[in-house]
Amino acid sequence: MPLKLLKFGLSGKYAEPRMFRTPEKMRDTYDLVIIGAGGHGLAAAYHLAKDYGMTNIAVLDKGYIGGGNTGRNTAIVRSNYLTPEGVEFYKESVRLFSQLSTELDLNLFYTERGHFTLAHSDASLRTMRWRAEVNKHLDVNSEVIGPREISKLCPYMDLSCGGHAPVVGALWHPPGSIIRHDAVAWGYAREACRRGVEIFQKTAVTGIDIVDGQVTGVQTSRGPIKARRVLSAVAGYTPRITKMVGIRTPIVIQPLQACVTEPLKPWLDQIVVSASLHIYVSQSSRGELVMGASLDPYELHSERSTLDFVEGLVDHLLDLFPFLGNVKVNRQWAGMSDMTPDYSPIMGTTPIKGFYLDTGWGTWGFKATAVCGTTMAYTVAQDDDHHLIRPFNLSRFGDYTLVGEKGAASVGH
Amino acid sequence: MKIMTCPINGPRPVQEFVYGGEYRPMPDEPAASDAQWADYIFNRSGEPGLSREWWYHAPSGTWFIAERDNVKDVVLKTYLFDRANPPRAGKGATP
Repeated sequence: MPLKLLKFGLSGKYAEPRMFRTPEKMRDTYDLVIIGAGGHGLAAAYHLAKDYGMTNIAVLDKGYIGGGNTGRNTAIVRSNYLTPEGVEFYKESVRLFSQLSTELDLNLFYTERGHFTLAHSDASLRTMRWRAEVNKHLDVNSEVIGPREISKLCPYMDLSCGGHAPVVGALWHPPGSIIRHDAVAWGYAREACRRGVEIFQKTAVTGIDIVDGQVTGVQTSRGPIKARRVLSAVAGYTPRITKMVGIRTPIVIQPLQACVTEPLKPWLDQIVVSASLHIYVSQSSRGELVMGASLDPYELHSERSTLDFVEGLVDHLLDLFPFLGNVKVNRQWAGMSDMTPDYSPIMGTTPIKGFYLDTGWGTWGFKATAVCGTTMAYTVAQDDDHHLIRPFNLSRFGDYTLVGEKGAASVGH
Repeated sequence: MKIMTCPINGPRPVQEFVYGGEYRPMPDEPAASDAQWADYIFNRSGEPGLSREWWYHAPSGTWFIAERDNVKDVVLKTYLFDRANPPRAGKGATP
């Protein structure tokens, strides 16, 4: 046993400083209450404290830090979307993520892997060309490559897919990365705490007080708080929050499932996605294959996992990588996704003064964490939508100005 | 949920069914404002609870209404749509 561990055991005091403290008591009044201590809420808190000097902030979570979809995604960061609005937004997110370890002084294991989106038909190759052209125009590294180049980069892939629907090309996005998602939440939490933000875990919001169209406070499981600004940064629970303030949204909750295999020696450098096969897979730094498929096909408010999902997923995985036949699935889980009809988020100001939304993050939320932090901090501090998120305002569903993002993951187009 | 009961064909495997979304009554066409139309087209009552929704039995081409607890994923009852006696909109149990 290491001596350090023995000393720790005998002393009963934590040898290392805790990442974040838990204040004993909630104050009566905060300048801002953030609902949801996931990556998005904590990133906004961090940027408000750092960039705008707002530190009288409470971040509330009914569970624990990063226990929602921040810890349930497949940790992929990329910017090869289809709409100019989406590409600009995610390009900024990739830039922020690539510098985040330095920013938060915490090793987040950010690794650039390169990202394939495989095409199995001429129709999908056409969409990839479209995406590549939009990406290049906006200075995002993205191009369409053929089977020979795919083989060179990823020699273990069976491009014939067992003869069923052979791979005819791919959208190749070299900046596609993976990052340790829990650490992203912890890093933002630690740095926000250091600047005076207070985080309350296991504290559920039960109501939001509004007087004359202005937010005045929040009811919680630990008593009421007075606050004139509230930011909802929850996922999967958004309709419950918007019901508290009487706003109607198009959000429908559908589960998204994922799983990991037992650890293997490193063999897969890239992130491989195939929309036709409903699969995305990458190898984590621990050697596990991290895999996801498509959304469950109907509304469900549950984080249950199903055998149907694993069966369908591995069936398609074996089309691409037949040699994985004996590899075992270790764990599976699900997250509740806020689906919107145009596969784009709902962000920014709302008809209620002092109530801000960072929601509708469907299957594309984790990779936006960093840019949501900066843009939502701006929006809350200035009470005005940041220019990058203006297309994503809730009002687009009243004005018929939807965004139509067809580059989103895990959804059929 | 593994088995669903089609009002015409009886209990069938759930793979034969397609989800058609929440049941929403259409607003009166000539009278509705732009805002009412936008609300009808886009917005949903997304909170958890008992939901009345359209389902489609693909092999027989049957559209019907299912009342489902969307937290426990249990279908409570299924029935054919009756124009004269339409289901109640929104979440919550039928009185």
